Amino acid sequence: MGKFRCPGCEYTYDEDRGDAHEGYPPGTSFESLPEDFTCPDCAVRYKEDFEPVED
Amino acid sequence: MSTTYVLDHPEKGHIEYSDRKRYLWMSSLFMPLFPMMGVAAYFLFDTQWALALPLLFSYVLIPVLDYLLGSDENNPPEEIVPQLEDDRYYRWLTWLTVPMHFIVLIAIAWFVGTQDLTVWSVLVLAITAGSYSGLGINTAHELGHKKPEFERLLAKIVLAVPTYGHFCIEHNRGHHRDVATPEDPASSRMGESIYKFVWREIPGAWRRGWAVEKERLARLGKSEWSIHNDILQSYAISAVLQGGLILAFGWIMLPFLAIHNFWAWFQLTSANYIEHYGLKRDKEPNGRYERCQPHHSWNANYIFSNIVLFHLERHSDHHANPTRRYQSLRNFDGLPELPNGYYGMYLLAYIPWLWYKVMDKRLLALPHINGDLSKVNIDPDRYDEITARYGAGPGAVAAA
Repeated sequence: MGKFRCPGCEYTYDEDRGDAHEGYPPGTSFESLPEDFTCPDCAVRYKEDFEPVED
Repeated sequence: MSTTYVLDHPEKGHIEYSDRKRYLWMSSLFMPLFPMMGVAAYFLFDTQWALALPLLFSYVLIPVLDYLLGSDENNPPEEIVPQLEDDRYYRWLTWLTVPMHFIVLIAIAWFVGTQDLTVWSVLVLAITAGSYSGLGINTAHELGHKKPEFERLLAKIVLAVPTYGHFCIEHNRGHHRDVATPEDPASSRMGESIYKFVWREIPGAWRRGWAVEKERLARLGKSEWSIHNDILQSYAISAVLQGGLILAFGWIMLPFLAIHNFWAWFQLTSANYIEHYGLKRDKEPNGRYERCQPHHSWNANYIFSNIVLFHLERHSDHHANPTRRYQSLRNFDGLPELPNGYYGMYLLAYIPWLWYKVMDKRLLALPHINGDLSKVNIDPDRYDEITARYGAGPGAVAAA
């Protein structure tokens, strides 16, 4: 499981935790998020803009 | 007195910045109290004419002060922005502005409900209260973009004053995604008057906000008609607030609140109208729109109206960095710039032929457009007329 960060506002999607408010349960892979996913915090960046975070 | 922020940057060396506007930001906190001045003047001078003073302040004095005081030369260095963001003083100002909006609406409603006023005075007071509750949408805008849950909660609460609980969802997840595209109901098109725009903007924004929230709740396995709906939570506070005013002050509240609510929404319509007029993002080969660039927003870098609006008018930086706090928003050279602050531009927008006369040439002269109408978001109903008039390029614009 990995993490993916919005390069604009640094919102981080953590696959382990999901995003409870947005309705993505823990364990939801970044890959499986909808294709029209935009950053839940800034909405400026699309799914393909997100960058994997190295631990 | 000001606070100095200091940074020893590995490449840029010693950086120092003092925010000269630090205490001026209190103007944004006290701005919602201006309608009370009209009420105070009424008691002091015993004339209902005094009730019009707050509207004169907004629509006459602010544009004049923007003209006289001019541009805001303060610009925090990018490297200092994290320190400014962490300074909690600035947050307290936005938090304290929230109760101001409740106080003003309740006080004006009390005044309308208890004094012997002419119909015209009630109308002026409803518009005044609506205008300042419209400012509540600005307060919610600043708070609702922030990451802490507490600030998002405050945004939801303050939106109850103008009964516009869907705003933050619609704005953050809809408008910011679709801004400066023909699909965005909250971006105005060249040749579209504000009186036409309002019929696209208010219902379109409501539908988009509801759809975004419905989709989120569906993922959670919850109904849109449940207590989990963030929009309905805010509307419920509105119902208690405005229902309470009707119970307390009687039938006069019905027309008063109807006009108040509409005028508050129309303040947002006015801001949306002037913020992206005619600007258009290009479509990329993959079908996505290019990322929102600084030249996709109109700015008004006037010091006076900015300090009463939490820097809303530094709009390009806001769209590039929506979660950035008001005190950190920066101005840049070469941005699309409005010829007056927002209040002055609202007045211009309310007179469509004058708006077109001032703005259409300015729009087409922007460096990234340079007379090329394919780069402009044009009202489809006026497309033929506009291309016939301006289609020949920059020369035609100058001659028109």
